[in-house]
Amino acid sequence: MNNPAALDHWSRFTPKQRIKRYAVLLATLLVVAWALQSIDVIWEWVWDSPAQMADLFGRMVPPDPQNLPSILQAMWETVNIATIATLFAVILSLPVAYIAARNTTPNVVTLWIGRFILVSSRSVNTIIWALLFVAIFGPGIIAGIVAIMFRSIGFMGKLLGEAIEEIDTRPVEALQASGATRFKVVLYAIVPQVMPTFFAVSILRWDINLRESTVLGLVGAGGIGIILQGAIDTFNWPEVSTILLAILAFVILGEVVSMYLRKRIL
Amino acid sequence: MSDFPDTWRKPPFIRNTLLRRGLWLAILAYVVFTMATLPIDWERVSAGMGRAARIFSGAFPPSFARADLLIDGFMESLKIALLATVAGVALSIPIAFCAARNIAPRPVYYLGRATIIIARSFHPVIVAIIFVKAVGFGPFAGVLTLTVYSIGFVAKLLAERIEEIDFGQVEAMRSAGAPFFSTLIYAIAPQILARQVGLSIYQLDSNLRASAVVGLVGAGGIGATLANAFGRYDYDFALAITMVIVGVILVSEAVSGIIREKLA
Repeated sequence: MNNPAALDHWSRFTPKQRIKRYAVLLATLLVVAWALQSIDVIWEWVWDSPAQMADLFGRMVPPDPQNLPSILQAMWETVNIATIATLFAVILSLPVAYIAARNTTPNVVTLWIGRFILVSSRSVNTIIWALLFVAIFGPGIIAGIVAIMFRSIGFMGKLLGEAIEEIDTRPVEALQASGATRFKVVLYAIVPQVMPTFFAVSILRWDINLRESTVLGLVGAGGIGIILQGAIDTFNWPEVSTILLAILAFVILGEVVSMYLRKRIL
Repeated sequence: MSDFPDTWRKPPFIRNTLLRRGLWLAILAYVVFTMATLPIDWERVSAGMGRAARIFSGAFPPSFARADLLIDGFMESLKIALLATVAGVALSIPIAFCAARNIAPRPVYYLGRATIIIARSFHPVIVAIIFVKAVGFGPFAGVLTLTVYSIGFVAKLLAERIEEIDFGQVEAMRSAGAPFFSTLIYAIAPQILARQVGLSIYQLDSNLRASAVVGLVGAGGIGATLANAFGRYDYDFALAITMVIVGVILVSEAVSGIIREKLA
């Protein structure tokens, strides 16, 4: 484009850029082709799948509301799992965030402890935590609460820790200069600055937890998933579709509530 | 008003005293009530501690004796994630255009939004169970599940990006008489392409993570290997798998972070 003689023919990329783009495209195609031809799929099942799915959805219509009371009861349990777990996780994530943030952690050892807690909590999925806690506490709502709590601590601790690292240090210095104790520095200089993030993260995680708590029952950890699994296992498809519709309504309702809270608080 | 207080208190977060105390009371009542009605069987918990100890002692040291199974499972997860990302992103682009308020006509907009909301509302595990029932066990169900999962995320964020574009270029092309598709390709696509590529990379990482979970319900990949190991009480192999999953997720997160940083 710098060459004036080339100005009557405009092209968006230089030849070098173009080659690079084609190379990336080619590499992507090769990888996809490799994945397609080596994946262990029974192709007959694939060609058959539209008919199978139409059949399945045909069986789901019309939804059968016969068990609606027990579904709603299980939904209420699901809300409780998500809410209680979020509340406890919020409380527990505060000290973790405090020691995992570089500017507030007391020393290097606590920093690494904090980071270890965050990484191990975040990299194990809620369902896998649930498998473990079902083995410990037995099937039921308590395993679900603890599983969601363990997963949420890492998520919230990480985001809160980042918020703490980004604070304005001047209020902290001002308080320290006037001889405030460590506790007062935290309370009056750090807490007000991370308050908006705190609420935003808590509401976001509550919203995510609502979704996650719908599947806990599939591994026996309480909530609507238990009823869903039961309905699927007995091939009671009309009830399955009722449950799916209930989950859809429930998640959308949760989103509306969290949107409202976000608007009111932030 | 000469009697200024000589101490200072932080103003409360909610100014209305009645509302503040009422809220605290409501939260407290909710927590106490729900905790009280929780069916916690303490005998089961104390028995569970013994089981937990047995699981953990069975899990140490992690066993890599069947590393070939582990590698096979991982390659399958990777393939599932790749194909689902390609399919999901390919489907997300038209859906995102449909769900952008500034481009799509009203009925199409509502249809696009509804598709995204439905794809987002169901947890991948639920979608996986339905697909496993519909198309059978194995990686194909996993690919379908993660395709739906990708649509929910990529189409939503892409639609938001399309709604934020600079409309001047669209107007310029329209006033020059360009047809609808040329406008999409030359005025809108260049503005959203960077975001699109970033989202695809992120979704690949996210699909790899999710494929470890949907395998637990029979949709193939490393999750299936993990579920089998757990079901056969091979806790040492299960721990090895979990450790490798965590490692791979950390690596893939780092790689996708680096790529996205370079693109931005």
